[in-house]
Amino acid sequence: MIEIKHVSKWYGASFQALNDCTTAVARGEVVVVCGPSGSGKSTLIKCVNALEPFQKGEITIEGISVGDPKTNLPKLRARVGMVFQHFELFPHLRIIDNLCLAQEKVLGRPHDEAVAKAMKLLDRVGLKEHATKFPAELSGGQQQRVAIARALAMDPIAMLFDEPTSALDPEMISEVLDVMVDLARDGMTIMVVTHEMGFASKVAHRVIFMDRGEIVEDAPKTDFFGKPRSDRAQKFLSKILSH
Amino acid sequence: MNYHWNWHIFFEPNPTGGGSYLDMLLSGLLLTLETSLAAWIIALVTGSIIGVMRTLPSKPANLIGFSYVEFFRNMPLLVQLFLWFFVLPEVLPSAWGLWLKQLPHAPFYTAAIGIGLFMSARVAEQLRAGIGSLPRGQKQAATALGLTTAQAYLYVLLPIAYRIILPPLTSEFLNTIKNTAVAITIGLLELTGQARSMQEFSFQVFEAYTAATVMYLLINVVVVTAMRVIESRVAIPGMIAGK
Amino acid sequence: MFANFDFDVIRRALPYLFLDGMAFTLTLTALSAVGGIIFGTLIALMRLSGQKLLGRIAGLYVDLMRSLPLVLVIFWFYFLVPYIGQWLTGASRPIKVGAFASSLITFIMFEAAYFSEIMRAGIQSISKGQPAAASALGLTYGQSMRYVVLPQAFRNMLPVLLTQTIVLFQDTSLVYVVSIPDFLGAASIVGQRDGRLVEMYLFAALVYFTISCVASFGVRQLQARIAIVR
Repeated sequence: MIEIKHVSKWYGASFQALNDCTTAVARGEVVVVCGPSGSGKSTLIKCVNALEPFQKGEITIEGISVGDPKTNLPKLRARVGMVFQHFELFPHLRIIDNLCLAQEKVLGRPHDEAVAKAMKLLDRVGLKEHATKFPAELSGGQQQRVAIARALAMDPIAMLFDEPTSALDPEMISEVLDVMVDLARDGMTIMVVTHEMGFASKVAHRVIFMDRGEIVEDAPKTDFFGKPRSDRAQKFLSKILSH
Repeated sequence: MNYHWNWHIFFEPNPTGGGSYLDMLLSGLLLTLETSLAAWIIALVTGSIIGVMRTLPSKPANLIGFSYVEFFRNMPLLVQLFLWFFVLPEVLPSAWGLWLKQLPHAPFYTAAIGIGLFMSARVAEQLRAGIGSLPRGQKQAATALGLTTAQAYLYVLLPIAYRIILPPLTSEFLNTIKNTAVAITIGLLELTGQARSMQEFSFQVFEAYTAATVMYLLINVVVVTAMRVIESRVAIPGMIAGK
Repeated sequence: MFANFDFDVIRRALPYLFLDGMAFTLTLTALSAVGGIIFGTLIALMRLSGQKLLGRIAGLYVDLMRSLPLVLVIFWFYFLVPYIGQWLTGASRPIKVGAFASSLITFIMFEAAYFSEIMRAGIQSISKGQPAAASALGLTYGQSMRYVVLPQAFRNMLPVLLTQTIVLFQDTSLVYVVSIPDFLGAASIVGQRDGRLVEMYLFAALVYFTISCVASFGVRQLQARIAIVR
């Protein structure tokens, strides 16, 4: 469904953020991207919905090229849900309006329909009673669950998560991961940048390990956790699993 | 457009008998600069005293500073000039009033003092903010060394605070220059006033105002450049200069 | 000092001062603020658009306006607007423009430069993640500005915008230089007619002072409330 072919990206002339990255995410597949900070994993996932431009290679979503200037990006992005590290709820809108804005303005859904959809999703993430509050009145974990619901309200064909739990206090991580596990078990196509290896071993199909802008390892979950082929991945795993 | 441009007008003699129209504008420019400088000195001195008062740990000093700033900030400059020019001589004991009315160059003195006091409230606010932005430890360290409050201000707080507020002071100085144009209403023939008279004598409206505009732009460029030089001269190595 | 202070001259002039003068001043202030904020926001968007030429033009306009005394700008527009009107309508001679329309155009154009700087700071204060989240949901650039960025920028900058409006309220008194009877102009007319400048100017000062004080007090309250909500 998502095809990433030979993607390279430079910041300015000198710094190469991505180097010839190739991978794919099939329908219903859950792919975890991990790697040390600065390895390019967040950059790669942001290239998928063109929030970051890239200079070389091609990314397609259901055959539609992301880098093609003729592609209607808003339309394409509306079909791919994204969840950010810092939630990025719109602070001036109530929770319910955060969920309805794009449904109405992008998909053209009637207000009543958008509200019904929003309430259903808020119920699903366990936050129905907070619908009329403002984002700042919610905890970080609750805000992130709202952000997931906001993305789901667009009926996405795939979901991208960019370090969804790394800005959260430890006690709030599991409530967000639970929602993500549910999603995975429902068969959603998911690409997620995370260090939560528990989540990876529970629901991921494949794990991608990145370092210095390159995809160093791209393997089924059992292979990756069993015997990573590269030194760098082994070192990384031993560091984050030793605690 | 059926407007008749005549750029040679500047070199034709003006009806006041003092040289060409250009000479008229240049004398206005000179008066603008003189008035601005006089007003700026008043603004800096008075504004500094009031600004320091507002940061002192004394209730009465604070209250006086606050009232002063509110008084000068909440009336249009034009109204303040009218108060000094038309009202003050009438409400003073008659001998004083008479002396004031017979004072030569009354518009100049009124403008310099009136604009100076008006701007002093703004200088005071800038200085208060500058002192307020210093870490509290600075004053405590100065006091711990045995400096009196006055010494702490003189040798520690003010030298840093003035450097910090140099950029906003530059724009307050530019405001002072622009504000001298308001003194046209009490008969000061500064740059805008002379452009106005040139327009009335010669009917070459747009030439007159274009020339004045160019001169104001030049003043701006000179002041901004000069302040940049001063800023870099007094900059403390290692301290980031404010933008 | 107030021995021969004539309160009655003020009382008799009250209807004229407020129904004509102050009405003019307040209408001019309100409409200029609204127009200035709208036009200023457009200028700010031009400067932030990333289009080099557009940004350059907007920047030059702002710098020009901010370098000139308001009095000079009032003179400029007072004489220029009839010619612009002629050019726009294709009339054979400069068209007559009323005092109110002329002042309104002047103040919108002038204040837009100052409002644009406020709105620009407001837009830049919004974290980059907000427009990114809006795009990720499929909103276009225009939609993201309109529904996500601008409402937040406007809300964050509201106290500054209102403070600038108080400055604008005081600045409108400068229409005096083209003999337009705003509140101060009305006071001046009465004062000169009755030979009572002292009373009229003191009263005008008191009125401006009271309105500005109350308004800035209101802005401070609002600022405190916004600080709590955030």
